[in-house]
Amino acid sequence: MVPPPPPPPPRARSGIGERVRRNEDARLLTGRALFVDDVRLDGLLHVAFLRSQHAHARLTSVDASAARGRPGVVAAYTAADLGDYWRPGPLLVPPPPIAGLVFNACTQVPLAKDKLRHVGEPIAMVVAESRYLAEDALDDIVVEADSLPAVVDLEAALAPEAPRVHEHLSSNLAAHAVQRKGDYARAKARAHAVIERRFRYDRGASAAIENRAVAAHWDPRAEELTVWDTTQAPIPIRNGLAQLLGLLESQVRVVAPFVGGGFGPKIMMFYPEEVLVPWAAVRLGRPVKWTEDRQENFFATTQERGQIHDAELAVAQDGKILGVKDVFLHDTGAYDPYGLTVPINSQCTLLGPYDIPSYESEFTAVFTNKTIVTPVRGAGRQHGVFVIERLLDFAAKQLGIDRTEIRRRNLLRPDQFPFNNEILFQDSAPLTYDSGDYEPALDEALQAIDYARFVREEQPRLRAGGRHVGIGVVCYVEGTGIGPYEGARVTVEPSGRVRLATGVGTQGQGHFTVFAQIVAEVLGVDVTDVHVITGDTREFHWGTGTFASRGAVVAGSACHAAAVAVRAKVLELASRELEAAPADLVLAGGRVHLRSNPGGGITLGSLALKANPLRGAVRPGTEPGLEATAYFGPDRGSTANGVHAMVVEVDPETAQVEIKRYVVVHDCGRVINPMLVEGQIHGGVAHGIGNAFYEQLVYDDEGQLLNASFMDYLLPTATDVPSVDITHRETPSPLNPMGVKGVGEAGAIPTGALFAQAVEDALGDSGLEICEIPLSPNRLFELMSAARTRGVRSR
Amino acid sequence: MTLVVTVNGVRHERAVEPRLLLSDFLRHELGLTGTHVGCEHGVCGACTVLVEGEAVRSCLMFAVQVDGHDVTTVEGLSDGSEGGGGGDALHPLQAAFREAHGLQCGFCTPGVLMTLVPFLREHPDPDERAIREALSGNLCRCTGYQNIVAAVRLVCGAPAPAPPSPRA
Repeated sequence: MVPPPPPPPPRARSGIGERVRRNEDARLLTGRALFVDDVRLDGLLHVAFLRSQHAHARLTSVDASAARGRPGVVAAYTAADLGDYWRPGPLLVPPPPIAGLVFNACTQVPLAKDKLRHVGEPIAMVVAESRYLAEDALDDIVVEADSLPAVVDLEAALAPEAPRVHEHLSSNLAAHAVQRKGDYARAKARAHAVIERRFRYDRGASAAIENRAVAAHWDPRAEELTVWDTTQAPIPIRNGLAQLLGLLESQVRVVAPFVGGGFGPKIMMFYPEEVLVPWAAVRLGRPVKWTEDRQENFFATTQERGQIHDAELAVAQDGKILGVKDVFLHDTGAYDPYGLTVPINSQCTLLGPYDIPSYESEFTAVFTNKTIVTPVRGAGRQHGVFVIERLLDFAAKQLGIDRTEIRRRNLLRPDQFPFNNEILFQDSAPLTYDSGDYEPALDEALQAIDYARFVREEQPRLRAGGRHVGIGVVCYVEGTGIGPYEGARVTVEPSGRVRLATGVGTQGQGHFTVFAQIVAEVLGVDVTDVHVITGDTREFHWGTGTFASRGAVVAGSACHAAAVAVRAKVLELASRELEAAPADLVLAGGRVHLRSNPGGGITLGSLALKANPLRGAVRPGTEPGLEATAYFGPDRGSTANGVHAMVVEVDPETAQVEIKRYVVVHDCGRVINPMLVEGQIHGGVAHGIGNAFYEQLVYDDEGQLLNASFMDYLLPTATDVPSVDITHRETPSPLNPMGVKGVGEAGAIPTGALFAQAVEDALGDSGLEICEIPLSPNRLFELMSAARTRGVRSR
Repeated sequence: MTLVVTVNGVRHERAVEPRLLLSDFLRHELGLTGTHVGCEHGVCGACTVLVEGEAVRSCLMFAVQVDGHDVTTVEGLSDGSEGGGGGDALHPLQAAFREAHGLQCGFCTPGVLMTLVPFLREHPDPDERAIREALSGNLCRCTGYQNIVAAVRLVCGAPAPAPPSPRA
C-alpha cells in the first residue's frame, strides 16, 4: 500500500513566489532613503565640468588660470594638471573569441587633451565652495579649438574620405565580426521566397530620473577613501579606483546607496567624473561632490540604439525559415569601452524563439562624434527582435499566411532544449537556450488579446466605420543571468533577525525584498526580518554588478546558497541542543523545534548566541556564529521568453497612435515575487513605448544634439502608457537551483517590433511598411504620405 | 537676503543668496533631501513640494520667493517613525504606494506624492483618466505608471487592482 504523502513543509511567511510588499519602501516613501546627492559632509566642495561644445575639434589650448583666481574656487584642473593620472579608461568587456574578429579599442579619457570627440566631453574641472560658484567659474576658462568636420552618419563614417574620430586608426571602423551557423547560401538557393529589407533603429536616452553623481571623502587618519557613486557596479569601481590611486583595495570603500534608476548607463565604468572626483578629494584633502545636471546627462551619460541592418529571410512555401542573413552597422559613439556587448546581443537575439537552420550575421561597429554607446535596457536585443519579427511579418504577407501562424510554424519545440544556436553570446559562451515552452505562450497571448475575434469580427466592423485599428503580436527571447559570478553572506544575529549582504547594488528592482524572500524561505523567518545590505564594498567586496538582467538569477542564487549553508549550521547546532536528529527538526517561524513538539524548541536568536560563546571549549573545526558566505557562477546565461500583443488605433489625420490594449505573456522561469516582476515589465513596456514612438536623440550633421532637454526629448507620461495585462508562465531554468531567469529588461525588448506591426496593420492596405524605430507622429505622417504617393504612382 | 519660512511646521530664518533655488535650499541648507531634483527645468516633477498647500516645482522657484510662506516636503507627510517593518505611521497615500508597488527606484516618488496630495484633496474620487492627467506632469521611468494609478485607486477606496492572471 502506498503511504499517504507527507504533509507539505511549513511555509515561511512571505517566501518565494508570493506577492510580498517591499522592505525598502518605507524609507523611500518618507524621503529617508540616501541617494548620492543627499550625502552631506563637513567642508564639502562642489564640482562643475567645462564640456566640449564641438562634436569634433582639435583642442589647441585650455587656460583655467582666471577660474583659479575667482573667489570661492579651490581648484581648476585641465588634462595637463592630471600628470600621470591622465590615462584612457579600461576596456570593460573584452570581445568574445570570434574567429576573424577585428576590434580597435579606444577608451574614453578623463579630460580631453588634444582632441574633442563629442559634444559634452569634459575639458576642465572646477572645484569650488558651492556648485553655483563652480559653474560661474566655467565662464572664466578659455578654450581654443579648431573645429573639424564631424562623423555623424554611420554609412558616411566608413567612406574613405571621412574624417577620422581616432586618427591613429586608418578608418572609423571600431570592430568587424562575422558569425555563421549552417550554410545560408544553400538555404537561399532553395528558398521559395527571399524577403529583403533595410531596417533602422536610432538612439534614445536611458533617462533615469536620477542623474549620475559621485561624492568622495579621503580620511587621512584612517587612510581610507569613501566614494558614493550612482553606479550599477560598486565593486569593480572600488577595485579600479584602488589601482588608479595606488591604494589597497581595502582602503577604498565604494557605496552605491539607493540609485534612482540605472537602465544600463550606470554600469559603464570609469566615466571621467568617477575617476576625477575621488582624485580631487584625495589631492585637496576635502570631500568633493559632483552631481550631473539633466543637460549634462544628455551629452555625457552613455546612450544606445543606432544601427542600420540590411537583412534577408529565406523561407519555404509553407513559411518555414530556411535561413537569415543580416549585415549591420552599429554606432559605438566616440569611444568603445564596453566592447561588443551591444552588437553581439543584436546578432544573437535576432534568432529569437525560432528554429533557424542557417544564419549569417556580419556587423561593423563604427566610431562617430557622438556620445559613447553602452547598453541601455535591452542592450541591442531590440534590434535583433525588430529585424526578425518584421521579416516574418513581410514574409507572412507575401506568402499569404497569418502572421501568428508563420511564427507558430517556426517556434522551437520543448524537446529541442537545450538548444545550441552554434554562435557565441556576449559572455563568450555558446548561445544555448536552457529551457523554454514557446507555443503555449503564443496561444495564451492570442487568447488574452482575443486575436481571432479581433481579426475576424472587430477589425472589419470598425474599419467599415472608418476607424483605423490594428493588432500586433510578436515573440522574443532574452538572454539573461550571465556570469561570471556573485556572492552573498547570510548571518543570523542574536536578535533572531538575519543580515544578508551582497555586492550587487539596487536601482529600484526590489533587491531588499526579493533576496530577503529567498533567505526567508530557506531559514523559516519572516521576510521583514531579513535585513539586506547591497552595494557597499565594506559589507561585501566580491562580485561584478547589476546588469544583463542577472540580479535575481546570479546574486539571488548566491543568497540561496548562503542561506542553505546557514540552515545546515542551524540544524546541526539545534540537533545538539535539542538532542535530536536533524531530520526530526523543523525550522519555521524563527525557531527550530522537534517535529513532534511544535510548541517547544529553540529560537534562531538563542542558537546564534550559542554559536558564539564567550567562554568554554568548542569542538575542533568549529566556526563561530550562524553565518555563511557563498558564491554562484552559472555556466552560461538562462534564456527567458515571451509574447507581446497590442491593439492600436491610428488617427490618419494627425498620425497619433492610441494603444487600446497591451498584453504580455512572459516566462522568466520561477517567479520569486510576481508583483515585482509585473512592475519590471510595466516599466520596460513604458520604456519600449517611449523608444518606439516618443524618444529620439536628434543629432544634426555637425554632431550637435538638438533636443537635449525634457522639453524637447519626450518621455512617455502617465497619459501615454496603457495598463499592461500580464500572464506569468514558469519554465524553470536548469542552470540554477531556484530555476529563475532574468526579467529586468524584457518589457522593453519587443515593443518596437510590436508597435510597427500593429500600426502597419491599423493602416490596412495603405502600402505602408515600417522599417524604422523610433517613430513619432511626424515621422509616421511622413511615412504614410510617402506610401500614399507611391500608391498613386503605381495606379 | 534674509528668508523666514515655515517648512513642515518648523520656522527657519536663513540668510540666502537671491539666486538660490528653493530645491537647493530645502535639500542643502535645511537637509531635507527627500525632495529630489531630476531635471532643474520644471518638466520631471521630482522636486514637487507644497507651498501654502499647492503643488509647485521647487526647481523653478527661488528660495526667497517662499519668504513668509508655509512649505511642506515629503518629510512632512508622515512622522516617519516607522522602521522597515509594518507600522502605521505612513500617510495613507504612502501606505497605498507600498501596498500597490507604486514605486521602484523611488526617486520620482516624493514628487509624485506631493503632486497627488492636493489633487486628492480636491478630487477625492477621481476616475483613471483624471488620475493619469494629474500624474502627467511627473515623469517616472521605472513603473510605467500602472501601479501608481493602482495606488491612487487604492487610497480612494476603489476596488483593488484586478487580480493577476492565473499562472500557467
